[in-house]
Amino acid sequence: MTAGTAQNPILKIDGVGVTFADLKALQDVSFNVEPGEKLALLGHNGAGKSTLFKCVLGFLKPAAGRITVAGDAPGSDHARRSVSYLPEQVAFPRMLTGIEIITYFAKLKSVDPREALPLLDLVGLSQAGRRRVGDYSKGMRQRLGLAQALIGKPDLLLLDEPTSGLDPVSRREFYEIIDRVAQEGAAVLLSSHALTEVEGHVDRIAILSKGRLVADGNIKALAEAARLPITIRIKAREGQADALSDRFGGTRINGRSVELSCEPGAKIDLVSRLTQRREEIDDIDIALPSLDDIYRFYSNRAEKGDAA
Amino acid sequence: MSPFTKLLAVASIEFRVALRNRWLILATGVMTLFSLALTFSGAGGLELKAGILTLAAASLATLSVYLIPLIALLISYDSIAGEVERGTMALVLATPISRGALLAGKALGLIAVLAIAIAASLTISSAAAIFAYGMDMSGLAAIVRLGLTGLLLGAVFVAIGMMISVASPRAGQAAAVAIGVWLVATVLYDLALLAGILADKEGVFTKALFPYFVTANPGDAFRIFNLAGLENAAPVSGLDGIANTLPFSATYALVGLFAWLVAALAAGYFQIRRLTP
Ligand SMILES: Nc1ncnc2c1ncn2[C@@H]1O[C@H](COP(=O)(O)OP(=O)(O)OP(=O)(O)O)[C@@H](O)[C@H]1O
Ligand SMILES: [Mg+2]
Repeated sequence: MTAGTAQNPILKIDGVGVTFADLKALQDVSFNVEPGEKLALLGHNGAGKSTLFKCVLGFLKPAAGRITVAGDAPGSDHARRSVSYLPEQVAFPRMLTGIEIITYFAKLKSVDPREALPLLDLVGLSQAGRRRVGDYSKGMRQRLGLAQALIGKPDLLLLDEPTSGLDPVSRREFYEIIDRVAQEGAAVLLSSHALTEVEGHVDRIAILSKGRLVADGNIKALAEAARLPITIRIKAREGQADALSDRFGGTRINGRSVELSCEPGAKIDLVSRLTQRREEIDDIDIALPSLDDIYRFYSNRAEKGDAA
Repeated sequence: MSPFTKLLAVASIEFRVALRNRWLILATGVMTLFSLALTFSGAGGLELKAGILTLAAASLATLSVYLIPLIALLISYDSIAGEVERGTMALVLATPISRGALLAGKALGLIAVLAIAIAASLTISSAAAIFAYGMDMSGLAAIVRLGLTGLLLGAVFVAIGMMISVASPRAGQAAAVAIGVWLVATVLYDLALLAGILADKEGVFTKALFPYFVTANPGDAFRIFNLAGLENAAPVSGLDGIANTLPFSATYALVGLFAWLVAALAAGYFQIRRLTP
């Protein structure tokens, strides 16, 4: 209908703004999510991630902009049948068992409970299904929340910090499940605090900072666009550190080492100049910008833009 | 699945949670204790023309006015606000259930808790009385009437408790408002009416307005209807005396109760539509 991406996005967010009293929780946020795509929404505490999810669910009405879910307004019957949600903090009734909870949500979603119950096996809760949720560990509750979100093969999964509180093994199992449902065509929008956590598990990331979308793309492209400096650490031979730092600049650290930084494009050139000084150098370490550096770059850039 | 199936799913979960949280056993236990105590304490004056169950119905009608609304408010004040606070409401409202069905389902589950508590306590105390003193057919009818209208009274206060719960941002605040409502509805309202009668000395208030004011209170309406049904068989006093002097049939008291139920559910529905979990 409207001009936009080539495909048919399951979720369209267009110029959305949300204001609480005098706090601008979201400002002019726009992006789409395509079927089968896995998108991580990153941001510090209070960046507006959960607020955006609540808009997509129809709980909050944005003051500006427009959202469509499966072509319909958020919160409409059709939109709710297409979306599944895993909130940030979910406390199921403690007195109910895992099986009772899955059965209940299956009925609410008009799904035959017999089709939904195998999801407990999928998330590794087949043994715990008959136990009360009050006795579950935090990770088990999170798994139950995921099973709940998978009921009825939703077209769009909204997962608010789904892996917080999961151990590394559970986290990997979690992403394996997410991969599988995305391959079957579901779109996944999940939020997280750290780029390191979602790296390798999502197709695309979007970074929110103070309510604004400051980056949107795949990690590689964002890393290149950031043009962050590369750090080269040289360990000098006995008594050569001063000579090295005089020649190449950089900062001296703990007696024998010198740290240099250079543009990604100047890396080869610098390394070849260093190797000409082979006799003064004990060892070289090259550190590419970390994911945290990239994340910090985009978040901070927005904050500086704010101040200006 | 039809909206009604979802409504029943909500009702059954609400009932199960109340059961596991021991609300059912607590409500049934308290009400059974009181019914037994009132039934057998009335048995001292059996020289009276009324049977034991008739006497019991009279004293139970007076006590239920306090106890049933209290239990109804206690089991309902947390039903929405608590779920919002714990985060499960967001999950439920994200699914395609209508908010009306959610409200109605929860109310139904809680009313079922009350129904079991009322039925069990009246059955136990009446059976004990019949066993000890023999059958009293007209008294049994009064007890059945008491149980059914007691359930209606309970449903009214479940609906009021849910309305409070929907409108409260926190469960703690809902609890405070619920206790306040209970005090006003069961104690302060009647005190204010009595003060009005004393001040008025047989004036317009007492003659024309008082019967309507008293019937407008759900607890008083329940009591008036039940005492009127006993037809002077049992001694009554105070405000209850007016049951025999109403300018209209006591059946209208029941109409008033139904009106309260519909109004409270409608107010709750109006509020839950704008609830942000
Ligand atoms: N109902 C509300 N009323 C007022 N302010 C709110 C409300 N909900 C959120 N906010 C504010 O909006 C901002 C964004 O909150 P949000 O919960 O979306 O952050 P978040 O990115 O999910 O953070 P976190 O990582 O801590 O979960 C915060 O400053 C928060 O205080
Ligand atoms: Mg959040």
